[in-house]
Amino acid sequence: MRFLVEPAKVGVLIFVAAILQVTLFSSAQILGGTPDVVLLTLMAIALLRGSVYGASAGFAAGLLVDTANLGTLGVTSLLLTIAGYWIGRYGETTGRDRLHAPYVSVAVATVLVQFGALFLHYMLGDPVSARIALLDALPAKVLLNLILTLPVYALVRRALAFATVPEGATEVRLLG
Amino acid sequence: MAGALVLLSIVLITIYFRESSGGGLHGVQSTGAAVLRPFEVGAERVVAPFRDAYNWFAGLVHAKSENARLRTQVDKYRQLAIQSKNAVQENSDLKRQLRFVGSPEFPSGFNYIATEIVSRAPSEFQQQVTIAAGSVNGVRLDDPVVTPDGLVGLVTKVAHNESQVSLVTDPASKVSAMDNVTRATGIVGVGQGRGTLILDRVSKSQSINPDDLIVTQGWRVPPLKSLYPHGIPIGYVTGASQNDLDLYWNVQLHPNVDFGSLQNVLVLVPKKRH
Repeated sequence: MRFLVEPAKVGVLIFVAAILQVTLFSSAQILGGTPDVVLLTLMAIALLRGSVYGASAGFAAGLLVDTANLGTLGVTSLLLTIAGYWIGRYGETTGRDRLHAPYVSVAVATVLVQFGALFLHYMLGDPVSARIALLDALPAKVLLNLILTLPVYALVRRALAFATVPEGATEVRLLG
Repeated sequence: MAGALVLLSIVLITIYFRESSGGGLHGVQSTGAAVLRPFEVGAERVVAPFRDAYNWFAGLVHAKSENARLRTQVDKYRQLAIQSKNAVQENSDLKRQLRFVGSPEFPSGFNYIATEIVSRAPSEFQQQVTIAAGSVNGVRLDDPVVTPDGLVGLVTKVAHNESQVSLVTDPASKVSAMDNVTRATGIVGVGQGRGTLILDRVSKSQSINPDDLIVTQGWRVPPLKSLYPHGIPIGYVTGASQNDLDLYWNVQLHPNVDFGSLQNVLVLVPKKRH
């Protein structure tokens, strides 16, 4: 059962983030943009647990968001899967033990996800405005995400560390 | 693993996009949404106070900025209202002037220059105003200045683009005048009270009645003639008194023209200048 604890915690985190995103943060428009807590949570998970967790969490988060919003199923999944995987790989390689890794990940992922979403929606024939998505909303979104990076990262780190069963010996018996 | 998820996402998009709204994936999504619904409602209730608090603060900030914006608008519209009011008043004055110019009361033998008062004497000791018409407009020294209400004064200085007009209420001003009803004649000058006029040099043999209109006499004794044309209203008789020692009536007048709110005037220019 121990191998299920970690995915369960990630699942709960992603679920909570997705619900909060669709109920609270999506309507909190500040300076023309909205913070993306799902992406922030995904970033933290991917940096702390690696690319496989990142990609899986991204896929699940995307499905949840698309389901809750009744959007085109798979669009957010595709974007967040790639984002989660890329952040995970970045954390495993060049971003390892770098203090700025969360900020760089968030900034880059926010911009790429926004561009990707614009491209996908455009390809699907949805009415999209590049000016609103990129010029009006994106700078504020990046700023808000960067502001929330540290608290979300700290929160996810603490949540993932919570109730983790330490590996190896759990008790010591003195011999002799 | 990631590649498989990406592929799965693309497959989902493709199927979802191609199938009808009653398709299987739509149904799954609908079920998923129904499952998520209680969580959303719960979360909504939990976050509602926080959102309300945020909205309250945001509303406060918005209200402050909106207040400043509206105040600016109010100032702007107040200025516009004042300008409109002034424009309406000016329009009314100009219409009256136009009616006056076209009426039989307008003195024959004169053209007119319609102009406005650009400045007033800074103290009440000076009874002069400056008008926005000068020699380039055809204004000359001693041209009479009127409004549809009556006589204003006389041009006493002429510059290139401006002229000084001494009002009838100026102590130096003297206007030969007559009672429009009884035809009694005299000279209008400044009275004792502020803004009042007197009709002097009216012999006791002539009669004067209260509320009689006093107009310019406009005498003509060739080759001389009065600076003022005949029949321009000056004021109404408010009172007249005499005693045995006086040779003349002491007649008080109330000016026809409200010199305090004077804005637009007509300079009368003789058609034939001497």
